[in-house]
Amino acid sequence: MTSSSNWGRESLAVLWKDLLSEFRTRYSLSAVLLFSVTALAVVSFSVSPYSLDPEAKAAFLWIVLFFSAMSGLSRSFVREEEARTALALRVSASADAVYGGKLLFNIVLQSAVAAIVVPLFLLLMDTRPANPALLVAAAALGTLALASSSTIIAAIVSRANAKGALFAVLAFPLSLPGLSSAIGATAEALRGNMPEAATGAAADIRVLIAYSALMIASSLLLFDYVWND
Amino acid sequence: MAAKWFLGLWMILVILGAFFYAPASLGLGQISRIIFFHIPTAWVAVLAFLMCAIYSLRYLKTRQPSDDTAASVSAELGFLFCIIATISGSIFAKATWGSYWNWDPRETSIFVLLLIYGAYFALRASVDEPERRGSLSAVYALLAFVTVPILVFVVPRIPAVQSLHPSESVVSISGEFTMDSRMLTVLLASLAGLTGVLAWVFNLRMRAARLLSTIPQDKED
Repeated sequence: MTSSSNWGRESLAVLWKDLLSEFRTRYSLSAVLLFSVTALAVVSFSVSPYSLDPEAKAAFLWIVLFFSAMSGLSRSFVREEEARTALALRVSASADAVYGGKLLFNIVLQSAVAAIVVPLFLLLMDTRPANPALLVAAAALGTLALASSSTIIAAIVSRANAKGALFAVLAFPLSLPGLSSAIGATAEALRGNMPEAATGAAADIRVLIAYSALMIASSLLLFDYVWND
Repeated sequence: MAAKWFLGLWMILVILGAFFYAPASLGLGQISRIIFFHIPTAWVAVLAFLMCAIYSLRYLKTRQPSDDTAASVSAELGFLFCIIATISGSIFAKATWGSYWNWDPRETSIFVLLLIYGAYFALRASVDEPERRGSLSAVYALLAFVTVPILVFVVPRIPAVQSLHPSESVVSISGEFTMDSRMLTVLLASLAGLTGVLAWVFNLRMRAARLLSTIPQDKED
């Protein structure tokens, strides 16, 4: 058992290692960013931005963000297996710290993607969000929810055979609560400041927080069985 | 052995009761008889999902291969009952609401349950080593098990869906049964009978798995 400060330090070390190797190759970020920009372009030139209501826009945004997450977030663990560095990592850090580091890395990666995709989306769709603060909160918490549900799925997938195809199949049913709440909150943010919208958005935000906390807690409990079997 | 015959007799009585003893619902007519099979299969699908989670947890603790087999057998049976519940519900929906599928909250939930079962089998199929397959699929089953309750809060908030599902036709808010007593008898009998069918097939599959595991591997060919 490692103490909590030790755990935090080890997690940050794993995060730092991943950021460094990502910075050297820029494999994940460039692949994910290009994927999401391509998807966004397809959406924006296939429909007129003026013909869509806020629900459809929010759904499009989160479809792009979800599948960009699906294309990139599994790399964090698959890379360790492919480069045959998983064993070294298993020896040098505790399972909890590995999970913590990978979760933080996925949050950083997906936040970087969201930070580029969301403004680009507003630009291409010619949309001025009625409630910018809510949009930022929805994007940030939705990103957190996606990262927290898919990190342990990435770990599971990295130890199975059909890695690429399996990841989206496994992650979608588990991500659905987070995804649909993020879509709901984003739609409210784009639509405006009606009183009933505010209560709906508050419920969505609460679900996103509770869902992320639940996924991270159960992942921490179960990760050891995936990592050290 | 006796239990098997008793179960067969019981299910025959349930089927006869569903068509001849229970009256047709006043509003819905003859189509309402489908609930004697639709509601119990949906219940059994959820029960099997619960069994799968419990055996998965046990496998992670004990590492007994039989627990892993039990988890996968309950998932298979749950998937089967889930398909029956979905199809019978879809037929019922067409007859009463006019469309086979309209993303009613419960339709959404059962669709997610089907997706989870499907993903579980895809995961099992893609791992060769039995021990690793057991622990990876057990972790997935438990993650799914903690996620599904959240859907209860999330799914009713999905836009453009008003629930058409009669949540109060069996038990009203005040907790009193509003159903005709003969219909309720058949429904509860069917619930008990199909739960028995689940237990019977589960035991059968477990005995088969146990026999297979006693065959020495090198004599298989």
